[in-house]
Amino acid sequence: MTSGPSAHHRSDGFQAGDAGAPAHDDLVDEKIIVCYYVAALTFLTISMLAGLLVALQLVHWNPFRGTELLSPGRWRMIHTNAIAYGFLANAFLGTLHWAVPRLTFHKVLSTRLSWFIFGVWQVIVLSTAVGIVLGPTFQDQPWILALAKKWHLPMNLGAQGLEWGETPFWIDPLALVGLALVAVNFMVPIGKSKGPMYVSLWYFMAAFVWTFLTYAMGNLLPEYAVAGTSAGAIGGLFIHDLVGLFVTPLGWGLMYYFVPIMLKKPIWSHGLSLVGFWGLAFFYPLQGIHHFLYTPIPMFLQYGAVISTIAVELVVATVVINFFGTLVGRGKEFFENLPIRYFYTGMVFYFITCFQCALQVTLTFQKLIHFTDWVVGHAHLVMFGVFSLWLFGIMTYLFPRLLGRPWWSRSLCEYHYWLSAGGLFVMFLDLTLAGIFQGYYWSSLQPWDASTNGSQPFWITRVFAGLAMFAGLLCFLVNLWMTARGAEATDPLPARAAGTPAA
Amino acid sequence: MFESKSGIFFIAGIGFFLLAFLGNGVVPMIMYKDRHEQTAEEVVNKRVMAQFRDLAQRYPESFQNAFGEPTEEACAEALRLGRQLYVGEGCWHCHSQFVRPVSNESRRFGPVSKSEEYDNELQRPVLFGTRRVGPDLSREGGRRGNDWHAVHFHKPQVVSTDSPMPEYPWFFDGSPDKPNRRGIAVMTYIQWLGSWLEEYPYYEELAEVKGEQ
Repeated sequence: MTSGPSAHHRSDGFQAGDAGAPAHDDLVDEKIIVCYYVAALTFLTISMLAGLLVALQLVHWNPFRGTELLSPGRWRMIHTNAIAYGFLANAFLGTLHWAVPRLTFHKVLSTRLSWFIFGVWQVIVLSTAVGIVLGPTFQDQPWILALAKKWHLPMNLGAQGLEWGETPFWIDPLALVGLALVAVNFMVPIGKSKGPMYVSLWYFMAAFVWTFLTYAMGNLLPEYAVAGTSAGAIGGLFIHDLVGLFVTPLGWGLMYYFVPIMLKKPIWSHGLSLVGFWGLAFFYPLQGIHHFLYTPIPMFLQYGAVISTIAVELVVATVVINFFGTLVGRGKEFFENLPIRYFYTGMVFYFITCFQCALQVTLTFQKLIHFTDWVVGHAHLVMFGVFSLWLFGIMTYLFPRLLGRPWWSRSLCEYHYWLSAGGLFVMFLDLTLAGIFQGYYWSSLQPWDASTNGSQPFWITRVFAGLAMFAGLLCFLVNLWMTARGAEATDPLPARAAGTPAA
Repeated sequence: MFESKSGIFFIAGIGFFLLAFLGNGVVPMIMYKDRHEQTAEEVVNKRVMAQFRDLAQRYPESFQNAFGEPTEEACAEALRLGRQLYVGEGCWHCHSQFVRPVSNESRRFGPVSKSEEYDNELQRPVLFGTRRVGPDLSREGGRRGNDWHAVHFHKPQVVSTDSPMPEYPWFFDGSPDKPNRRGIAVMTYIQWLGSWLEEYPYYEELAEVKGEQ
């Protein structure tokens, strides 16, 4: 099959020779992309501030001690949920409005539906935040306790007790409707497109199905249908699938779309693309239980999850090799083309993450690192180091096109990259090391305080690493603000460095 | 097939998802399907009742306003509310609720967790936990007195100098000797954790429990 390169070439920006291609303006609604990006960056800012609050709490520097509505326990959940549903989901949805119509040559099902989804999604994210922050304050109502007693259900006004499934129960149905509409809105243009599908569309299409199913599974079963250990198994599957079947396929799908466009050459190997997609689709969802090794979940199921996790590492290697094969001969782009640098930095981090997975998923490693900051470092590496960096790269590439002018300041773009990637890498190393220390403190049976006191140097380092990442975001926001209001570019990013095709 | 819309939709999208759901989700569900899921009323036991009555004696006015008499029904209500707050306040993001069979955990916390411990309404969704900044709490009940917990919730550093745990003054009406309904509920919930274990040693010291045996 040669559909990959040719499909990519066909839909790649409608260059000369693509006489039959519809005009870009007829396909893409640029305004909604800007709105999605603004929402995404707003929630990212909130999420990072929440992360900072928790980090300060751990080192005893929290300036808002004892303030109920700024309780670190509640804002810890804002931190993770705002990243998943506020930042990543919004940024992905915005980018899909660019990529899907251009890949399929068909508009999304309905522009009005797009705007409706945009509104609904912001309502979902904001009500989740409001629910998490205010829920526990107003939890103690007689009618809630009466309902909880009648149905024997938790009935939390605020967060529910499942990581990333904290979305309060009264929002879950709306979120499911939103996800179903997203799937319909984007699947229609994919369905209308002719000929074999390009790799990106495999990932997108699968992601629309998976995200809906994953959300429904995680937000309904452990709360309403199953209890105890079986619910733990479903919970593990949910957190895992949310990363593996929502964030990962959308991220890789976008990489398969943007990297060839920017390098102006097809993906190195179509065969490896196939291996990568089908390997991920098969092995990734089988691993849920690896989040709960040594729990009362039956051991043979734990072994199965461990083996498929190690298997997916091999699949990941094929994907990363494929992208580095594509870069061969264009290595200079890594240094000169900022979006490409973001993308490939993310891929290096992705490889580290997955390599780490293959090790940390073993029972030997789990003895030591389970429940420690090692896992927190791992989570930041994948969510920020990979997917956020990719989205920053995409935004760096797309904003000048959406706003119709070059970036205000090239050096601020560079600062954004270095502070984000550098800060994240320091945070990752720091937390990984902290995890090893914590594991040994615990198993050595020293008093509990030994582990929290011993963690202080690492936690303090983490605060500053996080501040660096936040400073990077501020550079980006200032740059965006100045660009958007049309300030004259001081040292404009050369078209090439912003990933603009020379033409 | 591998690049067609139907192949991606049905095999990868729905098929592989269901396969994993079957293996990772349905198998444990079938294995545990005959387990009885206890209600909050059914998990109230003599040990947590002893703690509940202790709260009533220690903070008579607050308790009277919050739950009236320390009956088993009131205790179930306190457990439900306490668990809702435990989740809503994010306690479970820093405290796990399962003791692993490795890393000397049973020597630190108590007996290794068993599946049947999680078959109740208050483990919906199950609170295995994701991170241990503070210690595991699944055997916390009865280890410390209610007065300790009250002071600790109000300002953890008073009793645990270097603790990075946040303060929860909104569980009290001004001072640690005046827990409000939320405070009493959370303390009841914490004292319940592990109280179902017959072999758990700390309860033997509670005169009231001993007397009832």
